[in-house]
Amino acid sequence: MTDVVWSEQGTTPDDIEAALRRLLARQHAENNDYVPARVLNMIAFVDRQWSGEIANRLGGVGRYNASRLLVLAYEPRRERLDARVAIATERRAPGELGLLRETIVVEIGDRHLDDLLTIADPLVVTDMPTLLWSPHGHPEALDALLPLAQAVLVDSVDEAVWREAIDRACALSREAYVVDLAWLRSTPWRERIAAIFDPPHRRRELGAIAKVAVRHHPASTVAGMLLIGWLAARLQWDVEPLLGHGEALIGKARARRQDVALRLQAAPEQQVRGLAGLSLEVSSGRRLSLDRGPGGLQAHASDRGAERSWTLLGASRGEQGILGEGIRQALLRDPTYVPALEAAQAMLP
Amino acid sequence: MAAVATGRSGGAGSALERAPENPLTAGLERLPVPPTTLVIFGATGDLARRKLLPALYNLAHDGALPERFHLVGVARRERAHEDYRAECEQAIRRFSRREPDPDVLAGLLEQVKYVSGRFDEESVYERLAQVLDSFDERAGEPLNRAFYLSTAPDFFATIVGHLGDSGLSRRAEAEVRVIIEKPFGTTLEEAHALNRRVLSVFSEAQVFRIDHYLGKETVQNMLAFRFANGMFEPLWNRNYIDSVQITAAEDIGIGTRAGYYDEAGALRDLIQNHMLQLLCHVAMEPPVNFTAEEVRNEKVKVLDAIPEPTPEEIPGMAMRAQYSSGHSGGEDVPGYTEEEGVAEGSRTETFAALRLEVDNWRWAGVPFYVRTGKRLARKITEIAVTLKPVPHLAFSQDGSLGVRPNQLVLTVQPNEGVSLQLGAKIPGTRMVIRPVNMEFLYGAAFMSQSPEAYERLITDAMRGDATLFTRNDEVEAQWRICDPIVQAWAADPGPLPLYEAGSQGPEEVGALLRRGDHWRAI
Repeated sequence: MTDVVWSEQGTTPDDIEAALRRLLARQHAENNDYVPARVLNMIAFVDRQWSGEIANRLGGVGRYNASRLLVLAYEPRRERLDARVAIATERRAPGELGLLRETIVVEIGDRHLDDLLTIADPLVVTDMPTLLWSPHGHPEALDALLPLAQAVLVDSVDEAVWREAIDRACALSREAYVVDLAWLRSTPWRERIAAIFDPPHRRRELGAIAKVAVRHHPASTVAGMLLIGWLAARLQWDVEPLLGHGEALIGKARARRQDVALRLQAAPEQQVRGLAGLSLEVSSGRRLSLDRGPGGLQAHASDRGAERSWTLLGASRGEQGILGEGIRQALLRDPTYVPALEAAQAMLP
Repeated sequence: MAAVATGRSGGAGSALERAPENPLTAGLERLPVPPTTLVIFGATGDLARRKLLPALYNLAHDGALPERFHLVGVARRERAHEDYRAECEQAIRRFSRREPDPDVLAGLLEQVKYVSGRFDEESVYERLAQVLDSFDERAGEPLNRAFYLSTAPDFFATIVGHLGDSGLSRRAEAEVRVIIEKPFGTTLEEAHALNRRVLSVFSEAQVFRIDHYLGKETVQNMLAFRFANGMFEPLWNRNYIDSVQITAAEDIGIGTRAGYYDEAGALRDLIQNHMLQLLCHVAMEPPVNFTAEEVRNEKVKVLDAIPEPTPEEIPGMAMRAQYSSGHSGGEDVPGYTEEEGVAEGSRTETFAALRLEVDNWRWAGVPFYVRTGKRLARKITEIAVTLKPVPHLAFSQDGSLGVRPNQLVLTVQPNEGVSLQLGAKIPGTRMVIRPVNMEFLYGAAFMSQSPEAYERLITDAMRGDATLFTRNDEVEAQWRICDPIVQAWAADPGPLPLYEAGSQGPEEVGALLRRGDHWRAI
């Protein structure tokens, strides 16, 4: 990647936007094989002192980088708007086009918070979807910028109080499309559960699930709630609030034919955020468990004394892969998240 | 208790009985693939090593293989399971589009077995059946089976026959499928005979004939471009379109494929299959829905509307040529007959061009120009649709490149995109027009990397979705158009026109054009 850079202290959004246009024209004039990527705007509202960490996280998402990234770096006592614009060129094979990606970092203070919309608005590309991300909290800033965004990136397991994370995600989902990294971490689990029950003779068992137990990283209760919420929503279970039971949360859902016993349990041995395992039991007594393991999920089934184990192959995407996937998902629409989230909300103790 | 909304219609509790589909698949980008054992015949060949094994690894890496998956390699040479696994690992490490994850790779290789023997030996199929049964036994249920014929085409009929004779073509409570690589015959007669043989053992729904071009994202995008955008379809007919030009040019020579290519030639290698498929995508009517049968029905209608060329017509509608030595990429390159592995005095064409007509209501009178060649000026695959000129021009054409008919260019590779050539006023006091391009580039508008064609095709075959595979009548219709040309060229003892390597192709190709038309620069 090669960068061209412009920076100015005490600047204005109009000046920043004009500088950006000049840089783009210059890049294109120098080599007309360079074209600006036009996929997605992303606005990241970050604490200035942690902006380097955010830059590193975004730097790791590779081709999933937004075409135009606007970083609003917040420092409470800052009086002046300072800005830096960089255009990175993604070099490709000879004869192929190079993509230009724009990053704008604007440093702002308390006095700018009331005018966030007027600072950000001129700096996003019109007619291109905008994803909003506020990884360090600042819900008021996020709310102020919401009119510019079609999608909001959240990570429900990041919230200090997990119950509030679910309520907050529910509230946000009424304003914009929510991409929840906690939900995306469960995608391989949901895909594998769907696959296991996909053969027609297994599909019938979906109506006979009698027990569900989810194990999760101690700080990822929301991930477990979302997974059970997903099953409840897809299988049309009626759910009720879970109850604390030692280290676990337990409760039940009412399926058409029987009650479903639910259990959420922290797995202290799990090092990474997200889910650690899942066990399902159907009324015939057949049991199935999936557990995180090397090279994929380890499956174990027992049915009338017969025990079988196998691996569902798949590589871990890592936290950077999850973030990249979150950015990509801003351009898609998953109709199953909100029903799962609402079911999770209905299960809140 | 709170009732949970599902996003599906119907009253609580009744959806499972009514809906045939799995309610857990809603919203998932990747649909489940049924538990399957994949058997590759020709498991040590070039295609398996370069494409199939890396594709399987990448599917495993992405978690896109079936939840239960086994691979059996079948090839002639004797080797232990461990030795074949080591060969698989080597091929994956060398040709995978991503660095393999050690745990995933080890997990995949654990599921690999090898069966050795000649494809015409009955015992091979007996041993294969034992291996397949052992997988089923371990799974506690019959797994689907997919047989991938990645051998030389001479073995297709033999393998299919033995699969039938050994009872492997059917399995109670499971699906059995056969995936057949190209070329599907080298003449109409061969294709017809092979279809008869295959369909005497398998039903058409079990057969997946590969044309890997159909697995390319950009080829599939052509259907999205045509049928998801209201602005083009009203113009997409003989009233507004003047001509269509389909080009598949390569700047490279034949590389290590001399053995195959010298037998096949450009017409069989690219036009009979890939390029006629591109033509179908341009010319087909909108299908009622995107099921395999509906899409393929529409493509067959297009092929049926292309008249079979008569011997008298062929010299005026088809031409061939061969590259001589020249320059490519700044280097001297040999002529075709000097390439390693090419028969002395070979008369195989390395360039072929056709002028075809689609005789139906939509396209009557619109020429479809198709050309392909090796060692041309650059690598490009594109479809150029030229619109008719405006009926009256009120502007002066002096002092400019003038007003040209609009041209819509769909580029399949290397820079996938769509470009529309429009007339625009040159800034200044006079009303002078010149052509400008409005460009759309997939690379600039999407973040995702397209999966390899084989990843998509293997998954679709295991899922039983035949949309991107050619049907028996489609293959035969393609041969019906090309076979008379193959025969006429084989019977013509005259010298082949030559074109210099690295050039735009033979000058003689201009003779195929209607007066006023011209070939686009490669």
